[in-house]
Amino acid sequence: MNDEFQYLLNRTARGKLDRRSFMGRAAALGVAGATAGSLLGSAALAQGPRRGGTLTMGMQGGESTNSLDPAAAQSQVPFAYLKIMGEPLINIDDNGNLEGRVAEEFEASADAMTWRFKIRSGITFHNGQPLTAEDCAQTLRRHSDEDSQSGALGIMRGISNISTDGDTLILETSTPNADLPYLLSDYHLMMQPNGGFDDPTAGIFSGPYKIVDNEPGVRHTFERFEEYWDSSMGHFNAIELLVINDATARNSALQSGQVQLVNRVPPTVAGLLGRAPGISIQTTAGRGHYVFIMHCNTAPFDNMDLRLALKHAINREDMLDRILRGYGSLGNDMPINASYPLFDNTIEQRTYDPDQARFYFERSGHSGPIDLRTADGAFAGAVEAAQLFQESAAAAGIELNIIREPNDGYWSEVWNTEPFCASYWGGRPVQDQMYSTAYVSDADWNDTRFFNERFDSLLYEARGELDLTRRKELYSEMGRIVRDEGGLINPMFNDFIDAHNDQITGWVSNPNLELMDGLAPSKMWSTE
Amino acid sequence: MKGIPLAALLGLIITILFFLMAIFAPLIAPYGMSETVGDVWEPSSSQFWLGTDNIGRDLLTRMIYGGRTTIFVASLATILSFTLGAVLGFTAAVYGGLVDQVMSRTNDLVMSIPTLIFALVVLSVMPVTLPVLILVMGLLDSTRVFRLSRAVAVDINVMDFVEAARLRGEGQRWVIFREILPNALSPLVAELGLRFIFAILFISTLSFLGLGIQPPGADWGGIVKENREGIVYGISAALYPAVAIVTLAISVNLVADWALNRTTSLKGGRGG
Amino acid sequence: MHPIVKLVTQRLALGLLLLFAASVLIFLGTQILPGDVAQAILGQSATPEALANMRAEMGLDRPAITRYFEWLFNALQGDLGTALSNGRDITESIASRLTNTLFLASVAAVVSVPLAIFLGLFAVRFRDRWPDRLISAITLTSISLPEFLLGYIMMYVFAVKLSWFPSVSTINDSMSFLEKLNAVALPALVLTLVVLAHMMRMTRAAILNVMQSAYIETAELKGLRRFNVIARHAMPNSIAPIVNVVMLNLAYLVVGVVVIEVVFVYPGMGQYLVDHVSKRDVPVVQACGLIFATIYIGLNLVADVVSILSNPRLRHPK
Repeated sequence: MNDEFQYLLNRTARGKLDRRSFMGRAAALGVAGATAGSLLGSAALAQGPRRGGTLTMGMQGGESTNSLDPAAAQSQVPFAYLKIMGEPLINIDDNGNLEGRVAEEFEASADAMTWRFKIRSGITFHNGQPLTAEDCAQTLRRHSDEDSQSGALGIMRGISNISTDGDTLILETSTPNADLPYLLSDYHLMMQPNGGFDDPTAGIFSGPYKIVDNEPGVRHTFERFEEYWDSSMGHFNAIELLVINDATARNSALQSGQVQLVNRVPPTVAGLLGRAPGISIQTTAGRGHYVFIMHCNTAPFDNMDLRLALKHAINREDMLDRILRGYGSLGNDMPINASYPLFDNTIEQRTYDPDQARFYFERSGHSGPIDLRTADGAFAGAVEAAQLFQESAAAAGIELNIIREPNDGYWSEVWNTEPFCASYWGGRPVQDQMYSTAYVSDADWNDTRFFNERFDSLLYEARGELDLTRRKELYSEMGRIVRDEGGLINPMFNDFIDAHNDQITGWVSNPNLELMDGLAPSKMWSTE
Repeated sequence: MKGIPLAALLGLIITILFFLMAIFAPLIAPYGMSETVGDVWEPSSSQFWLGTDNIGRDLLTRMIYGGRTTIFVASLATILSFTLGAVLGFTAAVYGGLVDQVMSRTNDLVMSIPTLIFALVVLSVMPVTLPVLILVMGLLDSTRVFRLSRAVAVDINVMDFVEAARLRGEGQRWVIFREILPNALSPLVAELGLRFIFAILFISTLSFLGLGIQPPGADWGGIVKENREGIVYGISAALYPAVAIVTLAISVNLVADWALNRTTSLKGGRGG
Repeated sequence: MHPIVKLVTQRLALGLLLLFAASVLIFLGTQILPGDVAQAILGQSATPEALANMRAEMGLDRPAITRYFEWLFNALQGDLGTALSNGRDITESIASRLTNTLFLASVAAVVSVPLAIFLGLFAVRFRDRWPDRLISAITLTSISLPEFLLGYIMMYVFAVKLSWFPSVSTINDSMSFLEKLNAVALPALVLTLVVLAHMMRMTRAAILNVMQSAYIETAELKGLRRFNVIARHAMPNSIAPIVNVVMLNLAYLVVGVVVIEVVFVYPGMGQYLVDHVSKRDVPVVQACGLIFATIYIGLNLVADVVSILSNPRLRHPK
């Protein structure tokens, strides 16, 4: 590579030369287009963020029913636009550590029951109004209200009192909760003026971009909010978010350059898409898991031998290979993996064992086919996964009868209603929250109908335990209980697979959620 | 069968082959229908003639079983919709007046609700089994046949030879089956071929919505859908079932065209 | 009163009655959908408390008949209510969606209807010769492919490989007419291919049906040019079945294009309806159902009237 090329590269990366003329001159120097493009990408990354340009992104997971009210968000597009427009008290950074955003500093009392958050000064809302500790308190109050129908209600329930003291927000909990700051990073908890009590759907937040057009299920456009406090975010002048629910359409739009960033690349085509010129596939190991769930209190699944038989009758490696094409990791019949803090990696991995499965199946005394319900919407490849399960179980003499349900109504009519079905969990930031959400006896979504006193008491003990070694031991025992006695068959954890082209750069892996925990639009920048 | 044109003969042979394949599927298929035998989306080889599908099953095997389901369901649904739609349509046209009004308007009413919503509602309150599927498809489609056959029959009904038959004192049943039916056959037969294809496509649309054939079974449309993500990367797994649908469709319609010619010449003889 | 005027008035009145019946049917249909809107909105992460709150807030506990008449009365005044799921005004949301749907449908119809009829006439003119067979084979192929496959193939060829048209057809108000036309080029092309074959084949069959009649022979014996005989003499007498098929396909262009909208990300009615069906957003589903039914019944009415007018025997009953 000669000096002239290097010079061109630097000029382009600094924005002195546009991309088209760079490619032209590079070709004149005998550097092939794809090579020049990728070199430009790394040069741009080395040069650091550049302001300007428009980001167009195509995303799955938006409907015309979406609302700008953060309380109502639950699919990917609302998640993304809330992350673009809004800002929570605290984020979890790329390394899994807490990072103060709206809250500049925070500290707990010795008993972990009172938390003080110092609110950053100089933050303004998109309507020009300054952000105060009272706005933050009101926001949390609105999400704690039982009438709010907020997706964050479960998180807020542990908080018994919300008050302010000057520029400090004070939260009190009824039981010790060492994980509280992690929970406050939830994407529903975006600060709004007066907590959004006046108009929750106004779309006024304090993040790096403000909304321009809002056409739910079609497109959302944003422009940079010039008064945003942190210059390390918000490099694009404008963002256009297109809702493209069909995977093939989304990938075609990326390949033809109509969009620069997409989410949810299907694992089956990720390898193929990555071979296209200028496209980078970004995978992130996450906490989401593709599962089959059994109700531990409903026949025939109330029989622990039968549950163990089914757990041994699933071929996890094969499923990971065929459904996720390796873009994921093996599950071990518990909802926790190495992405969680305090995970015990010495718990033995359960493997496919038809003989063991047959042994437990015979000991259970059950005979006849077992109905397994599934739908394409349960998780990507759920119908195919059920068929693989059917095949591997048949080898152990267990007959599964697959019933495909319509996507439509699956989460209301089948999941949490039928005793054996395919399901999906997105995971939670910490173990306590995952177990509290779905495994403790009185959990809101105890979708395996798991009632275990020993497990419950371990959970409460761990929640107040500030000694991390002891806490890890407690979590380890809980994991084993769920793995051996619970109703969860967890064959695999899925990776998030996103993709972008070489017109943008600055991707940093973030283990929390897709699109760099939703911050890719705010943290990436244009190379053109 | 004398003087059958080459195209129609070809169509007939292919159609018969498809039906034979459907009937003898378990004897022909090289592997088990839901057996995973290879890697995902393997190219065609001597071991897997058409390659493998999105989770590594033999595609040829899937195609053979899929054809069986597709042809079976589509045939029965088409027969149902034509028998019902044509008989009711002719009846409405021949009786006219209030009978026609009530039947036509009821039909319009059913048709005015989008098929999608209709199928969604019906199939979400009833179990999705093959008989239910055939019944729903046949009934929904019969409204379209009703409209067409009524429109054709109304025109024929005012022809002189029908009036002549009436004056001879023939009953309505005689008028419908002896006068109207033979003369309405050509547009109806042309429609039959298309309706058969639509039935095939309708099953695939239902599979698209998750209301179609239950896994591990599949229809051709369902196989297209399972493998569609590979299309834009040059993976041909989704194209084989599409080619099968097209081949069957053209063959059936070549036969239908021939039948259409035969019936028109029949009519020519009769009317002339 | 002239019998035709009477017939048309009669049909119009019947159409209105039918619309009323359809509204009842739609209302009942939405009542038996499984699941309810509160559960659907809150989805997998719904707590029992949130569910109970939402049901009470939406008045889902009041009797169905009260809700029906309230809804009908408001709909007659042009107020379709607000969407339960995101609180937006339905009339406003539907207006832009409906405009988009009608735009795409019109583009496809303007191309496909004349083309189908012309190809039908052409096929009859060259009956059983190679142009007839070629047209027949091409239209049959296009109609036999599942719509989404046709869409993906077009997308692959014209958007990814050739870059002639965009693969995503999102349109908005700030675009000019030509920009919009460019954006919908691919979906319109696919729709044209989908509806063309049906209309073309019916035109061909219906005309062939009357070609055997004595008066056609007379016209031929008079030495008229063959295409003229077909277009001027045979076609007017085959109008009833042709109009019926054209009408069916026009209705399809408005009502049945969900799959195409999904593939090309087009913001039309179908996508809007499906989203709201899966959220059990009853007011929106009812509003869409009502609009679809109105369009359908309207087109039907036109087809009926044209059929009557085109048949001299019906026009002048003995």
